[in-house]
Amino acid sequence: MDMELFQQILVAAIKTGTPLLLVALGELICEKSGVLNLGQEGMMLMGAMAGFAGAYFSGNLALGLLLAMVAGMMMAGIFALLSLNLNTNQVATGLALTIFGSGLSAFLGASLVGSTVNGFKPIAIPLLSDIPFVGPLLFNHDILVYGSFVLVAICWWVVNKTRAGLTLRAVGENPYSANALGIKVIKVRYIAVLTGGAFAGLAGAYMSLSYTPMWMENMTAGRGWIALSLVVFASWRVGYLMVGAYLFGVASILHLVMQGIGFTISPNLLAMMPYVATIVVMVIISSNPIRQKLAAPMSLAKPFDSRRH
Amino acid sequence: MKQDNLLLSLWQVSKRYPGVVANDKVSLTLAKGEILALLGENGAGKSTLVKMIYGVVQADEGSLLWQGKEVVIRSPNMARSMGIGMVFQHFSVFETLSVQENIELSLDAGFVKDAATLRAKIIELSAAYELKVDPDRYVHNLSIGERQRLEILRCLIQNVKLLILDEPTSVLTPQEVAGLFKVLRTLASEGCSILFISHKLKEVTALCDRAVILRGGKVNGECVPANETPDSIARMMVGSEAVLSERYHKTIGSDELLVTRDLSVPPTNPFGTGLTKVNLSLHKGEILGIAGVAGNGQEDLLEALSGEDTRAEAGSILINGRKVAKLNAGERRLLGMSYVPADRLGQGAVPDMSLADNTLLTSARKGLVNRGLILPHKVVELAKSIIHRNDVKCHNAHAQAKSLSGGNLQKFIIGREVDQNPEVLICAHPTWGVDIGAASSIHRQLIELRDNGAAILVVSEDIDELFMISDRIAALYEGQLSHAVHTEQTNIEEVGKWIAGSFMNEDKPQEDVKHA
Repeated sequence: MDMELFQQILVAAIKTGTPLLLVALGELICEKSGVLNLGQEGMMLMGAMAGFAGAYFSGNLALGLLLAMVAGMMMAGIFALLSLNLNTNQVATGLALTIFGSGLSAFLGASLVGSTVNGFKPIAIPLLSDIPFVGPLLFNHDILVYGSFVLVAICWWVVNKTRAGLTLRAVGENPYSANALGIKVIKVRYIAVLTGGAFAGLAGAYMSLSYTPMWMENMTAGRGWIALSLVVFASWRVGYLMVGAYLFGVASILHLVMQGIGFTISPNLLAMMPYVATIVVMVIISSNPIRQKLAAPMSLAKPFDSRRH
Repeated sequence: MKQDNLLLSLWQVSKRYPGVVANDKVSLTLAKGEILALLGENGAGKSTLVKMIYGVVQADEGSLLWQGKEVVIRSPNMARSMGIGMVFQHFSVFETLSVQENIELSLDAGFVKDAATLRAKIIELSAAYELKVDPDRYVHNLSIGERQRLEILRCLIQNVKLLILDEPTSVLTPQEVAGLFKVLRTLASEGCSILFISHKLKEVTALCDRAVILRGGKVNGECVPANETPDSIARMMVGSEAVLSERYHKTIGSDELLVTRDLSVPPTNPFGTGLTKVNLSLHKGEILGIAGVAGNGQEDLLEALSGEDTRAEAGSILINGRKVAKLNAGERRLLGMSYVPADRLGQGAVPDMSLADNTLLTSARKGLVNRGLILPHKVVELAKSIIHRNDVKCHNAHAQAKSLSGGNLQKFIIGREVDQNPEVLICAHPTWGVDIGAASSIHRQLIELRDNGAAILVVSEDIDELFMISDRIAALYEGQLSHAVHTEQTNIEEVGKWIAGSFMNEDKPQEDVKHA
């Protein structure tokens, strides 16, 4: 394989991996607090639709981004209200949120189908982008990709190095002990769920304003679901999550690569790769239940009932 | 007692929950530097009272004076800022965080200037009070004793004035208990008051200056434990002339019924220990007690013996000489084995099902089912007779299992298993969380079964209980079992050392010492 093709694959992996990285990062924060939100796909779709609509009607991409994050957070707010205040089952509520989000985004965005906007364009960073190989790989992207690099660093730092992150992890492990220490469990979980919503909205906006600058029903095509397995794949670690997102990115463009190097295999089979990879990874990870248990937030998907003592 | 020496006083404090009065006009005082015991049976209102002091719940009536001023403690946060610290029975530490992170979490954000200062402070305090814990270790690697030390450190670091300990010794070895008492006495001598909740009367007598006894939510008496006998205090708790502790005669078993040969299983969870080459033999007509601190492989042993876990090698468990390790729990029951699990509401009984249905679950073979159809009258009849014979307090045979108190449900479950006339009974923590009255009737049930020729294995963390009822005793430490000796030929101190693992250094004598 020649160098240029290899480089192109890596660049494409970053581009396709970015929405996965953004939505999975939000879900990781959310799960660290002990809340499993399966509504990622729905929140992403609402973000994609709202982001596109915002940019289309105002002509301002930044406003689109803002709207996308607000839309994601509103969806997350519904989830938080149901699952945190009313203690509904998190799995069922999350599934409902996905179905609701895909329906609502299709309905509200019906008139936008077929429209286009001028999406985010790559910005080559002077000097750095001239470095051979690394330059085009890392320093010739649009603002959202750069933003995702920064968000990874911030998330890692907050989760592992700050008091806020310590509180987040404590709540996710044992909300009752955290409550006994005076930590406001519901408040922490609200912040985590809403942050997850904002990230999902951002990931949706990346789809509709950068990846393919248009709006289409169900355009996220299951990325919200892949993000959920990505969090498990990464064992709830921010660093692994970044690697995982780009690996999944490669897997999802593998059919294009294969065609590119003249390898003939049914593109339908290759298009299945990300999903097969997800299943394989899940099986490998769950084959070591001890590691799995230590990595996962212990109270994941368990509601916190403050009346129980 | 001088007024200005008082740290805390409660005056006519009441707390009601729907249908129950948890505390009814309770008044008590606590002086600076005093060690006060709060005694009472389950449901006497001890924990509600403590929760009010620690700000978890608020009193409906009455008032609380802290250093002479009336206060309303609204939250644990507020209690902590006033200088009240609490060590919970089920530790409220975070297993996936380090010792230092656990301590940091309990402090106000402003208190922690930087990690290095906090670390130094932890090391300084743990040296001063001989509470050895490494700040960098993760809690899931700590022993139970170390976790408790962490909880105490967490309180000390905030200059605690009142330390509340809820049943602190139930999880410790006798040696660790002695260490804990030393720390508490040092603290008290420095002016820290201690509220010690317990139902272990010996410990209260050894440690506490004064004891307040609660019964049915009311103060039922107050005494200086040093002037009382455990029996006289127990009477104040139970309030009846019931036989509280009996001396049961010891027997020597006959034929071997249950044997394990190098029984090993890997741990099932990250905090487990698994089992390593456990050799035991259980004889007809004896009770073998397995002592040990929680988390040393008790669950693994119980699961392997009961058949919940069938991963052990086929030949490593034998009942009557037959290899059973690959048989599941139901198949082992057919061979005459019965099992009383640790978790009585969930494993021992289905909480939402009636006592009658719960009877059917393990007694279906006893003519309660005809060609796949349940014979409801017979089921109810059997349930009624179990209830009657074992003096189970419940509404009737149709009462849901979860509506019974822990002690009554345990009496029912053991009664149900005893009714099977098992050859072998595996019994986990028979009286854990059960009050004194029910505990002695459970002990009598077990002794009676033994006298009828059954082989009984009791796993318990309560070493006094094991000395009372078992004929032979062994200790489990990190998944390894000591040899078993006749209870009369050893003492609590020696077994206490085994519990802490001392037997691993000795040459392990042959298990198969001939029994006469």
